[in-house]
Amino acid sequence: MSDIKEKVRFGFTVNKDRQIDYDANSKKLASTVIIAEPSLNLCISCGTCAATCTAAQFTDFSLRRLILLVRRGEVSGLENEVTKCMLCGKCQLVCPRGVNTRNLILQIHKALKNTVL
Amino acid sequence: MSRHVAVIGAGAAGLEASSALASMGFRVTLVEKEDSTGGHVKDWHALFPNRRPGAEVLDSLRKNLDPGVNLVTGKPVSAIKPNGKTFFVESGNDWQTEADAVLMATGFSLFDARKKEEYGYRIYDNVITSADLEAAFSAGKVTMKNGEIPKRIGFVHCVGSRDEKAGNIYCSKVCCVTAVKQAIEIKEFLPGTEVFCFYMDLRMFGRHYEELYKEAQEKYNVQFIRGRLSESTEDHNGKVILKVEDTLLGKPLKIGVDMLVLMAGMESPSGTRQLRDMLHLAKDNDNFLIPSDAHLSANISEIPGLFYAGTCTGPKNIADTLADARSAALAVAKYLKS
Repeated sequence: MSDIKEKVRFGFTVNKDRQIDYDANSKKLASTVIIAEPSLNLCISCGTCAATCTAAQFTDFSLRRLILLVRRGEVSGLENEVTKCMLCGKCQLVCPRGVNTRNLILQIHKALKNTVL
Repeated sequence: MSRHVAVIGAGAAGLEASSALASMGFRVTLVEKEDSTGGHVKDWHALFPNRRPGAEVLDSLRKNLDPGVNLVTGKPVSAIKPNGKTFFVESGNDWQTEADAVLMATGFSLFDARKKEEYGYRIYDNVITSADLEAAFSAGKVTMKNGEIPKRIGFVHCVGSRDEKAGNIYCSKVCCVTAVKQAIEIKEFLPGTEVFCFYMDLRMFGRHYEELYKEAQEKYNVQFIRGRLSESTEDHNGKVILKVEDTLLGKPLKIGVDMLVLMAGMESPSGTRQLRDMLHLAKDNDNFLIPSDAHLSANISEIPGLFYAGTCTGPKNIADTLADARSAALAVAKYLKS
């Protein structure tokens, strides 16, 4: 039986759609976080935070990316993402728009725990 | 008899240059193709970055137009004919003037958004241009075709600009900040409406423009998504579905909007191109007129006695257009007095 299965498996698979379906995604996390830390709105995606980030040297953590994922409602896997941050605050020192990055991460963390998405 | 200057086009540049020339003692004929002065400014409800009414600037330009200027409206200039040391400026067979110098202030035309067929202008009900939105603000009514209030509006930057497929490789300069201004106006006019801007780069080149952009983010929660619209479609509810790449996340993104605003760029008008070809002036890829030196003599053409002012030499905002017009008036004066 397993032989037959192996024989008819031609190696084709269907990938999961990578497209961000904005209308289908929940924006609950974004709206909660924006109220808790309004400076989120000031981000211009320059990437200075991610460039200076110690965690980013050893993991794929990027605050720039995290903010975009929150905004777009791409929330799956974010719980694990925020734990990579060590809250050292270097990003806050370099942010040219004055985003309160540490509180932002704490608020995302909190909202992920408390918000039904 | 004082020397005579023919100024072609009574938009911002033509009005300002005419007044400057008249105040220097020249005899000025200002010829305009439309029945009224003001060019594109008269179609603009409010101006960036301080959002003052366009009418306020236009009224001032009209009021300050030197009474000595001979204003001729409703006469599209069809020919400029060099005639020894003078020029004949003609509108068909029914109007003509002879001038010692000619100042072209022929401005720009808006990109015809129908050419970007994949965006759906004049195909889908709720796709409009930035100019249409200004008209809607002037009328005090921003609604969808069915009369309902749009709950989500998208702005597409660079429509007909930075696009070889549209035939225009250049940046039209003013559309980015116009989109930001209009996004803020939408949020004030319809506070419950979500606004998204789809951009390739945000070129906030002028003073207080960056501040306006920050205000749009901070105060109005306007969302900026970096990615150029590939195509829009209309669903069965009349919603406009957009396909862009969220380039900062590296993923394709699909989003529905109730209304789509296309930021139409600036082009060299067909009339200007005809005059250029008739005068055998050099042709640039972007079709705007070429000054003899982009830095040092931005208002001087290849032909002695023929000058340029305003957006006929490339996209400009109003303040730069007016400064360019005054600079052109000085160049004309220097030529006529030498």
